Amino acid sequence: MKVRGRKEKMKTKEERVKEEKRGMTLIVRTVTRLMAGLIVLYSIYIILHGHLTPGGGFAGGVIFTAAFVLITLAYGKEEAFARMRESFFHFLESLGGIIFLVTALLGFIAGYFFLNLLPKGKPLALPSAGIIPVCNIGIGIKVGAGLFMVFLALVIIGFADENKGEDKK
Amino acid sequence: MLVLYVLLAFMIVAALVAIETRDLLSSLISLGAVGFALTVVFLLLQAPDLAIVQIVVEILTLVIMIAVIFRTTRIDTTVKDRSLREIVLLCVGLVVLLVFLGGLGTLIFRGLPSFGEPPLRVSEYYLREGLQETGASDLVASIILDYRGYDTLGEAMVLFTAVMGVLAVLRTIGRKKS
Amino acid sequence: MIIYVMGFILFGLGIYCVMVKRNLIKIVIGFAIMEYAVNLLFAIVGYRKGGLAPIITARGKAYFVDPLPQALVLTAIVIALATTALLLAVCVRLYEKYHTFDIREIRRLKG
Repeated sequence: MKVRGRKEKMKTKEERVKEEKRGMTLIVRTVTRLMAGLIVLYSIYIILHGHLTPGGGFAGGVIFTAAFVLITLAYGKEEAFARMRESFFHFLESLGGIIFLVTALLGFIAGYFFLNLLPKGKPLALPSAGIIPVCNIGIGIKVGAGLFMVFLALVIIGFADENKGEDKK
Repeated sequence: MLVLYVLLAFMIVAALVAIETRDLLSSLISLGAVGFALTVVFLLLQAPDLAIVQIVVEILTLVIMIAVIFRTTRIDTTVKDRSLREIVLLCVGLVVLLVFLGGLGTLIFRGLPSFGEPPLRVSEYYLREGLQETGASDLVASIILDYRGYDTLGEAMVLFTAVMGVLAVLRTIGRKKS
Repeated sequence: MIIYVMGFILFGLGIYCVMVKRNLIKIVIGFAIMEYAVNLLFAIVGYRKGGLAPIITARGKAYFVDPLPQALVLTAIVIALATTALLLAVCVRLYEKYHTFDIREIRRLKG
């Protein structure tokens, strides 16, 4: 009796984990297909207008992460990983950091560290404020990719020996 | 400003609920309530930049914490049921703490500038010359990326280190089997 | 003055939670409450009565609130997220090893 009870518990937990990996219902998947592109577009808008409206690089980066989190949660782990590779996000995070650092070091050409050297156009226009939009883009990419890797590590991959733990107990 | 005080009282009550509940999922939902109330407080204090960042960061934190709780365990197994005596003692302690804080508060917080009149020693320069020197309309963005850009560089490095730390703690390749 | 006291009460609740509670997730919740309280106190210090948000629009300059504490808090919010994620990673590893969140049972330091 006890052996049968344990096998039933293991099967339902495995089934549950498999269901989670398969993703959510049809309604959620359809809405995600429509919304994910719009969320990425909104994050790009907030990053690029960081010097005109509230927001900036950090808020835009976290919204960028939210779009990918939505895709991963709605479609399950296997299907999401078939389309997005983790090494791509490693590359994106390093690229964002390098953009920010190189822009800061370019200030050495004209004077001191972090000098604002690109031309400052008319106020309230989109191409204005020197290096601030470039820095915002760098920070946005970096924060977005980094936080998505943290989400993957903690939620999807982090539990390596989950099924083996049941056997040990 | 009555709405501000009401929201702060709501935050304190929600924090108390988050601390004392036994079910971990209910605690996290109360923590989310504190975060969202903080967003509205930021809007009332005329800081829309902070409100945007706070709400998206709050949502991401809640998603990660709830996922961790669903994978591990949901019930707090360290608390036994509280007897009436313990609850009464807790309330008495809270009342004593509040009287202490309120009584000494007038002495301790006298050094702080009164609410609504900040000293504005450096910010006067930023407010006056911000648009001329940097060309950015959003003065907060001009401060974090031009006047104090070095701090933002440090923060980007801290984020990078934290991400590397999480990936190093949770990696599965190359760990010894214990 | 009352508003500073309320902010400190929130901070005190966070410290109480970190010191007294014995569940690891409750300790992480205590850290999050402390971070909210600190950001709130910064934003309160920078408020000017009757001021507007420090964004220059087409109408020209107006009476603004202090933008410097807002710049400091912007950094602090994102760093709080990174810190919470690192704390949660350590909690997950501890749960895998000891199968409990109770800190009284997590005592033996293995190599």
